[in-house]
Order: sequence, then C-alpha cells, then structure tokens
Amino acid sequence: MTGTMNPSEVGVSIRTVTISIDDVDVKVPEGGTVLDGCKAAGIDTPTLCYSENLTPVNVCRVCVVELEGSRTLIPSCSRPAEEGMVIHTDSGRVRHSRKMVLEFLGSGVDLSQADDMNSWSEHYGADPDRYGPAAEKINEEVKIQDDLYIRDYDKCVLCYKCVEACGDDAQHTFAISVSGRGFAARISTEFDIALPDSACVYCGNCVAVCPTNALQFKTEWDLREAANWKPEEQTVTTTVCSYCGVGCNLEMHVQDNTIVKVTSPNDHSVTNGNLCIKGRFGWQYVQPTITTR
Amino acid sequence: MVGLATVLGAGGGTSSYQEIEETDVILLWGSNAREAHPIFFHHLLKGIDNGATMYAVDPRRTSSAKFADVWLGLEVGSDVALANTVAREIIAADLHNKDFVAHSTRGFDRLKEAVEPYTLERGSELTGVPAEAIREMAHAYATAETAQILWTLGITEHHNAVDNVLALCNLALLTGHVGCWGSGLVPLRGQNNVQGGGDMGSLPDQLPGFQKVNDDVARAKFEAVYGVELNPNPGIHLTLMFEAMERGEMKAVYVIGENPADSEADIHHARKMLEGLDLLVVQDIFMTRTAEMADVVLPAAIGWVESNGTVTSSERRVQRVRAAVTPPGEARDDIQIIFDIAARMGHDWGTPDAEQLWDELRTLSPMHAGMSWDRLESEGGLQWPCPNMDHPGSPFLHSWLWADDLEGREPAPFSALVHQGPKEQLSEKFPLRLTTGRALDSYNTGVQSGGYNSPIRYGDALDMNPADATSMGIQDGEKVQVSSARGTVEMAVRYQPDIPEGLTFTTFHFPELVDVNVMTSDAWDKRSGTAEFKAASIRVDKLKAVAL
Repeated sequence: MTGTMNPSEVGVSIRTVTISIDDVDVKVPEGGTVLDGCKAAGIDTPTLCYSENLTPVNVCRVCVVELEGSRTLIPSCSRPAEEGMVIHTDSGRVRHSRKMVLEFLGSGVDLSQADDMNSWSEHYGADPDRYGPAAEKINEEVKIQDDLYIRDYDKCVLCYKCVEACGDDAQHTFAISVSGRGFAARISTEFDIALPDSACVYCGNCVAVCPTNALQFKTEWDLREAANWKPEEQTVTTTVCSYCGVGCNLEMHVQDNTIVKVTSPNDHSVTNGNLCIKGRFGWQYVQPTITTR
Repeated sequence: MVGLATVLGAGGGTSSYQEIEETDVILLWGSNAREAHPIFFHHLLKGIDNGATMYAVDPRRTSSAKFADVWLGLEVGSDVALANTVAREIIAADLHNKDFVAHSTRGFDRLKEAVEPYTLERGSELTGVPAEAIREMAHAYATAETAQILWTLGITEHHNAVDNVLALCNLALLTGHVGCWGSGLVPLRGQNNVQGGGDMGSLPDQLPGFQKVNDDVARAKFEAVYGVELNPNPGIHLTLMFEAMERGEMKAVYVIGENPADSEADIHHARKMLEGLDLLVVQDIFMTRTAEMADVVLPAAIGWVESNGTVTSSERRVQRVRAAVTPPGEARDDIQIIFDIAARMGHDWGTPDAEQLWDELRTLSPMHAGMSWDRLESEGGLQWPCPNMDHPGSPFLHSWLWADDLEGREPAPFSALVHQGPKEQLSEKFPLRLTTGRALDSYNTGVQSGGYNSPIRYGDALDMNPADATSMGIQDGEKVQVSSARGTVEMAVRYQPDIPEGLTFTTFHFPELVDVNVMTSDAWDKRSGTAEFKAASIRVDKLKAVAL
C-alpha cells in the first residue's frame, strides 16, 4: 500500500531548455522565462511592472529584448524560454526602445522617489522631461485618508502592480483597478470612493510592490515630510509576526531604534512577500512612545 | 491538540501550506481563516484557483465562507452531529477506503454502530443543514484523490472540544485522507508560538518534544542534563488552576505573557479568583489588567522583535525571531528574567544565549535534533520532525499510516461519539445564541492590535440578523442591553445579513469598551481545558428611555 509522496522526495529531475543570451548559452528550467535566463546569465534587466510574486501583466515594456527571427521586441518577463532562442539584450534596438519607454512612462510624473527608474534612465540616457510643458504633472494633492498609507498620484506610472497585488495573484480583494482611458487613466477604487469605504482591507500589499513610492506607508511619508527619512541609517531585521500562527516573516525597517516600515521577503515560502493588516501595520504597540509600555 | 494526539500520536497539524495549493477538496470547518489567518488563506485561494472545491462549515456566512463552493451553516455546537452524519453517509454509500480502514485503523465496527442513527434526515434536523448539502460534502470528500480538513476555534472552543476534533479525525481515517502529500488534518494555530509552546513542553503533562513527564526513561534523560530530580506527576491546565484557586489549594500564580483577567470565559469569576491569591506575579510586555492586580510585575522585552529565539508555526515550521529594536526602560529578555530568578533561588544557570539554550533542547528533543541555528537561518525555517542534520524536515506527518508494517505502531483508533450540543440551551429567558470570534484587523483582547489606528475597525458590536433586530424594533447601530445568565453589558447592534436568524456574534477585542467575556459560558472540556467561548445563550433588550 502506498500513499502519495511529496514530489520533492521523489527526486523528479527538472528539465531545462538552452537559449543563447548575448552569445552565451544559458540553461533555463522548463517553464521559466527569458528574464529568468537573463538573471541566470548575470545580466541586469530593467523591470517596472514585473515582480517575482505577481503574474506578469506586460504593460511597461521596459524589459524588452531582441529575439532573432521575431519582428518585434519581446517582453522578457513573460516570454517562456524555448529551446534554441537567440536573444540580444543590449542591441541598439533594445537600448533605444528602453530609453523611449522610460521617457514615456516618466513623462509628467514626479520621479523624485523612483530610485530604480532613475538609475535606469541614467543608464539609457532617457530624459523624461524632454516632452516639455504639454506633459506637465497633474499636480494633485496627496490623498491621505487614514493613518496607514498615502496615495500620491503625481508619482504613479500606471505599472498596474498594485492592481495585480490586490487581485487574484494572492490577495483576491479587488479593491482597485484602472479607471478612465488615455491621459485620464488612473488607479482608482470603485467610483473613486474613499479607501476606508472601499473593499480595501489594508494589507498594504499594493504599497509593497509600488516602484515609484506613489503608494507609501504613512510612517515613511511623515518622516519624509519632516526631512527625517534616512534609508542609509536604517537596519533591516527579519523576524516572525506576533499575530496568529501562520508564521509570516517580517522585515523590520528600523531607524533610530524606531520601526518605520515593515515588508516581507518575496522569496519566503510562507508569505511570498504578502502580509495582512496586522503584520504590516500592527507593530505600533512596540514603540516606546506608546504610553501603555 | 489533545484530540489529534489521541488518534495519531502527535499534537501538530499534519500538512504544510504548499499542500493546500495542490489539494482537491477543502473542508474549512469552524474557521474564518480569511480574517484570522489571512496569509494562510492566500495559499488556500491558490488551491481554489487550481481547481479545488471548498466546503465551508460555519454558523456564520463568513468572509471565508463566501469563497466556498458550498456553505454549510450549521447550528452552533452541532459539529459532532454533522461529522457523524458525513461518516454515516460515506459508509452507507460504500465510499470509505476499505484497504486503509482494514490496514491502518481500528474500531471501525464501533464507529459504524455509533454513526448509524445519524441519517441524512436526522443530521439535517440536528444541524439545520440541508440533507443534500451534507450528502454532497460527504461524497466530494470521500471520492477526492486528496482532501484536507482545516479548523480553528470554532471546533475547539466548545465544552466538547476534543469530541469535535475526534469526529473530524474519524472522517480522515475513513477515507485515508491523512499521511500523504496533499491530504491532512490541519488545526490553524491562533498565536505565533502556541505550537512551539506545546512542542517545548509548556503543557501540564509533557516535557519538550511530546515526551511525557510520567515516562521514567524520558524523565531520566532530562534529569541527567538538568542535574535535578523532576516531578513525575503531571501538572494541571489553566481551567483546573482556577478551580484549584477556588478550593484554596493554589495560592500563588506566576503568569508569563497571558492576560487571564481579560481573556478567561466567565470573567467575573476569574478576576475574583486572581484577587484572592496570596501572591500574583506577572511577567509581561504590557501593564495588562492581570498585571494591575499583581503583587510583582516583571517588565519583559517583546519576544518577536526585542529578543532572539524561535517560534513554531501552524505547519510545524520552526523559524528564527530576532531583536530589531532595544526594549524600553527596564524591560528585559524573558530568558534574563527567569535566569535571575533562578539565581535568587540559589541556582546559577550561567548566562547562556538563545542559541545555546536551543542547542541544549536539540540534545533532549529528538524531533528538533537536526535543526541547527545555521540551518534555520539558511533554509527559511524547518518543519519538525527533523531528527538529524541530513534530514530535510517533514512537510507532512503520519506517512507511517501507509507503511506495510505501520512502522511498528498501533493502527489509529476511530472514536464513537454522540451529539451533545452546547451546554447552555436556549430558553425563553435567553432565546438567542451568542458566538464569538476575531476580526481581520484585531487580535485577542486587543492589547497589541489596539496600538494602531485601523480604518476598518468598528469595535465590538453585536451582529444580528436584520430580521431579528427589526422584530424587536432595534435600529442598526442602536445601543442595547445584552444579558446572559452570568452578566449584562451594553453594546451597539450591527445589522449583519450574513448570519442566520437566532444567532448573534461579536468579537472580543475591546474589553475596555465591552466586557464580552462577562457573558460567555464557563463550561469547558475536561480533557483539553478549553472553555466554551463559542456558545452562550443571551437575550437582547432595548435600553429604557432615560428622561432628560
């Protein structure tokens, strides 16, 4: 009599495919993407709408690479690697396309806290301001509707990651989506109602994936407003959440012996980077300023 | 845990989170995991996305139940009746796993006899669940290739908690849905280290690693390392302690990290008992209500963020906690406090750190032996049992059930159980059923979750079906008087169409606002020591108009 074995104990060998990236042969596990191959080959690839804990939505096009035999450039984050593919990641076409994409996405957006995007713009010589006054920022007031996180629409590049994080990859809350078309497109709750009245359950998983700080923890925003946000002085310590028995790993970002932000590692089997409201925001009782301690 | 340990010999959930993503049928029974265990629920939702069918068994149509294919809204406390009915239907339809039953279990004939009266019709009468829904769940569970039963306090906070767990174990044993990848019996643990606490021997009759204090061989092993003789007599659990206080036998209590003056059922009685002690010592991170009553308060550092150590999760995963901030004022690490008290009592235990204590534990608890500090760091935690350094840890338990020789163990026993229902019956005076639970953004008695401003917190309101409320002329949000045989509180009513008529519900997170446990029942299970928080009988009255 036999029960089903744990697949990891059966010793199934993982099949791989071989692709050529910038003239180097790279093995990628079957089902893996071209981006996985780039990572394996040690090639840094810009991404915006991609995250390892989200299904690719293919909206930003900044990760495009050239595939020999393909008329168009392909998004590396979602294209499965196929045996024999010949890929170029740094051709003139690729560099030009990435530059244009960074300029289009960054145009009219406040990128002051989009560190990754800015370093890629520098790398590719992109100048998001070159479209001039017609692309002026929307200059909208920061939305502050509670003590947990803020929304700064001037900083949004419409990468859709927050929508994905709220949707069926893990959270299944579906509180936000993209409303409007063209220049009027923006991330919104249903009928743009206030967050506390929406379906939002304040897990903060949207904030965790935002690449430009358009979604920002209130603690961080307050410190930045007070000119006291000092990432270089912060320590990050991984521990386990104190609420319930699921065992979520928390990364405690600490500045001056004060917790300023909580994240979770994307690669941990329990959370895949996601948390709930208690894990993400429920740590404030720890702070010595709370009078009960 | 008592129930699982009785049947299968280990007090731990049998499965890992990854398995629920790959299972075929999910019975979520007495658990609102969407709110109480949200990140586990992500794994469960992945299972549903992958094609699993979910049945939610809960008196309330909870936010978890809304993701289910079928919601079975049973009467509070009729879980044994429902499980017995499912068992009878599986047997009557000849869907049980006969090879597994013959090889790996014992007492099938007793079970068959015990569940015989629980026909679909009778089960439906006792539980209030339509017979067709019970039949569908029974057939889906029995015919699935892999299936899991998950539960939390909806099963265990009853006076017959152990019976409830045993009834669920019966179903897994009937169908062979335990001991293999994807199938299992999973109690979701409510606190970050309630599993680890039990594993470390914080149970009245146990030493670390589920070794019994009355087992001479096990005790001798610990005595050799500790250098003292250990008491061979099992201690008593919390509920019995309160009875011992009442009889005047227990005169001193040392409470570490509990707030019984707020959390015990029938709270007035519990507070009176604590007040009557000769000595009450409280070691806590907060000045809790219990601490306020104490003769001595020892301020402690917060385990998960101000000190180093390990905690163990619902999937038996031992993980490191690490100090990220330094504790305020005179608060100190629990280890230091306890070692200093030992020193004052004349025992020098030295100054070992958390890793050294862990290594000592590994020499004494075989199921932890392979979990070095380095491995816990580099492998993202390890699931017990992990008996040696080459062992990868155990995603699921009880594969012995499928071994030809059962690895030398006794077959797992079925349990013959009888439906009892809640201790407290509804009456003319107290015609409504009250049950309690958690809300997403809050936790237990609120001492931790009260520290942040949640935009979705509405406080302890009494959820009532609008039909019940309007029949009494009560408006949504109206403050009313809620009474049980033990006490009375005032609280606001919230219209909640998702709970059936006759049932009311409240959270218990805001004792400062509303003393909910004034009303909950003090009936409890003699075997596990859990109290019946889930079933009280109450009445609701409009407040008398006050003349201005």
